[in-house]
Amino acid sequence: MATMAGLGPRLDRERFQWSSLAMLGPALVLLGLLFVFPVLYACYLGFTNLELIGSRSHDYSFTGLDNLTRMLGDYVFVKSSQLTIIFVVGSAIVGQSVLGMALALLLRSALPPIRLTVGAIVIVAWVLPEITVALVWYAFSQAGGTLSILLGHRDADYLVLVPMLIVSVANLWRNVAFSMLVFAAGLRNLPREVLEAAEVEGASVWRRYGQVIFPLMRQTIVTNLLLVTILNLSEFTLIYAMTQGGPGVETMTLPLYVYQEAFNFHQLGYGTAISLVLVLIGAVFSLLFVRAARNQV
Amino acid sequence: MSTARAARPAIAREDRIVVPYRRVSVAALMANTILVLLGGFFVLPMLWMIFASVDSNPDWAIKLPNLTLSNFVDVLTTAGALTSFRASLILAGTTTVVTTVLAMLAAYPLSRHHIPLRRTFMLVILFASGLPVSMLLVPVYQLYVTLGWLDSLYTTALFLAASSLPFAIWLMKNFIDAVPEELEHAAAIDGASTFRILRQLILPLTLPGIAVTSIYTFIQAWGAFLIPFVLNSNPDDQPGPIEIYNFMGSHGLFKFGDLAVFSLLFSLPVVALYLLMSRYFSGAFNFSGAVRG
Repeated sequence: MATMAGLGPRLDRERFQWSSLAMLGPALVLLGLLFVFPVLYACYLGFTNLELIGSRSHDYSFTGLDNLTRMLGDYVFVKSSQLTIIFVVGSAIVGQSVLGMALALLLRSALPPIRLTVGAIVIVAWVLPEITVALVWYAFSQAGGTLSILLGHRDADYLVLVPMLIVSVANLWRNVAFSMLVFAAGLRNLPREVLEAAEVEGASVWRRYGQVIFPLMRQTIVTNLLLVTILNLSEFTLIYAMTQGGPGVETMTLPLYVYQEAFNFHQLGYGTAISLVLVLIGAVFSLLFVRAARNQV
Repeated sequence: MSTARAARPAIAREDRIVVPYRRVSVAALMANTILVLLGGFFVLPMLWMIFASVDSNPDWAIKLPNLTLSNFVDVLTTAGALTSFRASLILAGTTTVVTTVLAMLAAYPLSRHHIPLRRTFMLVILFASGLPVSMLLVPVYQLYVTLGWLDSLYTTALFLAASSLPFAIWLMKNFIDAVPEELEHAAAIDGASTFRILRQLILPLTLPGIAVTSIYTFIQAWGAFLIPFVLNSNPDDQPGPIEIYNFMGSHGLFKFGDLAVFSLLFSLPVVALYLLMSRYFSGAFNFSGAVRG
């Protein structure tokens, strides 16, 4: 028993305990084997000519910057990078944030029954499995689907006509609840006195938002942008299930291109190299947002 | 602008419930109308699934159904549908148990014990949960080939567990941080071992946190597509999402009603779980200061 002073270890100072390691152990082993090792392995494989089948599936070698040179000459890769940026900026950064903020603000001034119903519907869209969202939007935008009837062109298949727009809107539809909830929490945390003071002083709606509410929410807005960018950058299932990257390569964003190169075209090394570029794009976006957060007062 | 003045009650305050709707302004009316329209935009695609599931002759468009339950009977008596539910349950269940137990064990010392470089470790964990899974696909596939782990739901679940573990540890640590430390000091002075403290003190006090972590993990694993798609190609063991994808791929060769029923049944568990936990989840969206840790 460690109750008597002088017999047990000192209790007034924090020490490293072996039991900590025992408890961390299982998680460290799993993460080491199936996370840390694959990350490091990916950094190596991205610079090799490994292939899924054939002689290069076992007899592969380090090829330096060959994969990078190949990317620069690969028009699908260039197209795919552009599509990824369009998808993330259009559907996530602008779409989800603006609609999410609009929903959060509108819900505050809505009648309770409308607030509860619309809030619940938006959240259900977000909780639904991704494959279900892909299916209902696939049905929605098919020729003879609801969208074609609403727009009056019954034979128009919008997944062929404007595929990138449809998958971006479907993705916005699915993920906007996240931004909505983040902004709603941020709005709830605003200091009430400041809002009341602005109102008493007779500030117009535009000034209240532009000069009081949004600046106060800067931290929340930047955090939301960061998370939404990272989450959407690696989006695969929704787009793949709806279009497989097609028609042609019209919706082939980088995560889909990684999959196609690695597992359809058997170019494991090249596919991994593309995934490293995806990580790099994520890192650049993250740095920009962290910078923006730090420049704050 | 006059509308700007009229919009004053639109800045809703906590007392909006007490003040009734006598002062329905133009702006408030507009806000409600826009919301109803947005609600329509969100509900419309979902309605197809619900209507088609009880329609005897559905197509891609939303229409009033010729009510029937035959689609449900069809799906519930098909061996394939039940098999894929079983596969999803095994996959998501294994992932959830492994993730929650390991996250709980790891989060406790990270919250309470003195661990060198703890801050760095937590930052690495946070960074890791942001890495795209596409990056890990090829190396993990190679690793699974070497270990002979392909085509098994259990080994696939291990990778799902590894990829959800960073966020789960982060979540669990925050829940344990919220438990006052004095109780443990008292228990420790009375001679309780670390494991006893964990079992009899922390476990009951963080039950909501454990529930949130496990349900969040379960919802993610239940919907997981890419990882089982790559790691498990055993045709007898395909979880729900891949079953639905295969259905969609066999364009026109399937019955719309059955597909709608299957995806409806597949979606209901996670929606129900979310609603069950929504009260606890809402706290997770409070990011004020969360970035600074």
